[in-house]
Amino acid sequence: MIMSKRSVIPFGPQHPVLPEPIHLDLVLEDEKIIEAIPSIGYVHRRLEKLIDKRDFKDYLYVIERLCGICSFMHGMGYCEAVERVFDTEIPDRAKYLRMIWCEMSRIHSHLLWLGLLADAFGFDALFMQCWRMREKVLDMFEASTGGRVIFSVNTIGGVRKDMSKDMLKGFVNEFNSMEKEIRRLTDVFLHDYSVETRLRGLGILTKEDALRFGAVGPMMRASSIAQDTRKTGYLAYNDIDFDIITSDECDGYARCFVRINEIFQSINIIRQAVEKIPDGQISVPIKGNPDGEAFVRLEQPRGEAIYYVKGNGTKFLDRVRVRTPTFTNLTSLINILPGSELADVGLQILTIDPCVSCTER
Amino acid sequence: MRENYKIIDISYSDITDIMLNCQKQGDRLVQMHAVSIPSGAILYYSVSTGDNEFVTYKTQVSDDVVLPSISSIYPNAILYENEMKELFGVNIDCISLDYNNRLYRINVETPFKKPAKEGE
Repeated sequence: MIMSKRSVIPFGPQHPVLPEPIHLDLVLEDEKIIEAIPSIGYVHRRLEKLIDKRDFKDYLYVIERLCGICSFMHGMGYCEAVERVFDTEIPDRAKYLRMIWCEMSRIHSHLLWLGLLADAFGFDALFMQCWRMREKVLDMFEASTGGRVIFSVNTIGGVRKDMSKDMLKGFVNEFNSMEKEIRRLTDVFLHDYSVETRLRGLGILTKEDALRFGAVGPMMRASSIAQDTRKTGYLAYNDIDFDIITSDECDGYARCFVRINEIFQSINIIRQAVEKIPDGQISVPIKGNPDGEAFVRLEQPRGEAIYYVKGNGTKFLDRVRVRTPTFTNLTSLINILPGSELADVGLQILTIDPCVSCTER
Repeated sequence: MRENYKIIDISYSDITDIMLNCQKQGDRLVQMHAVSIPSGAILYYSVSTGDNEFVTYKTQVSDDVVLPSISSIYPNAILYENEMKELFGVNIDCISLDYNNRLYRINVETPFKKPAKEGE
């Protein structure tokens, strides 16, 4: 009997398929992966520790900078948690505005991911078209907040900027025309033979394993688990009609399918929100310092994120904690790799849509 | 509307049994974290139930307590436990993948730990 030779290949932290540093020690038998051991911490910033030096209002500008993709949602999650400690309800209009920006964040994040996926299997024209679409969403962010990466539009007690009726209608018109173009692009991901061949059967995560390994977001929903934190009804999601998108196929194709359909779902949520947004105030004043603790969960593009704050009655909080989606999805990643080929590792990493910047908070 | 959640105070000696019970019920472990207090830490273990209800078990430990790892019950506890150990100095035994305080490659020992008060 011929014994296969085992070898260990270091993958990352610098690797063409990885936009950010993460390292995997891949134990191989010939070309087949037997085990994957992850290492993170190459760019850990200890931003949670900065709460010792920044008061709870200033810290909002720190937490937005955890990540350039989810910066709006990081700022919002922190604000929601502090507002909960204060037991303050923000005005309805602010809830709708936050919801619209959240869904815009989801659209541009998923388009970014689709572009990276296309780039990973060498489909450069598709990559550029996805990012061209994403630019349009960033243009809308710039028009409404003044920023393209860091928005600073959240404030504790609401939001800083309002959107006029004309602006909101303009956004819906823009999304209506984008929807057709995005549909053409996503048809390629879902029906092109070469793309399907690369993604079908790749990195299978069963429903049981998704629960065991704590998968969240599209990663979890692609494994047939119908959970979406938006259904807990934070912001104004209870006023919006939407279904949780799932797939039973549990592979890379299923994750792609879920994210693609979430783009169209987000466009639909924005349409409904623009129709239903009430008039009124966009923020309420907050007085005093937070005293007490609170958790907030919200659905980021990559999945459920959890924010925790603990105040002590002074302007400096005792603790801020952010549990980002990638931090928990890493366990699923290292458990879907065994059994696959070395050549597929890059693509498998991409299917979890990793954000190392969030993870290395 | 805001999500309702529960925070349940428990003794640290019950953590393994409670987590085992949660795992048997099909709950997801969604997060663990620590808050430093003088001479110890407060630990939070949060699960999401099948109905997506958010439940947190909260316990306090002193510096001399050695906690059992729950990574054999919930494999995704590995990173949370390594983080609590490295940043807060919580003693956790038998983590299935123990980075030995090198998860974040920080030169400062237990940077998030609050110093003990004088006389303790």
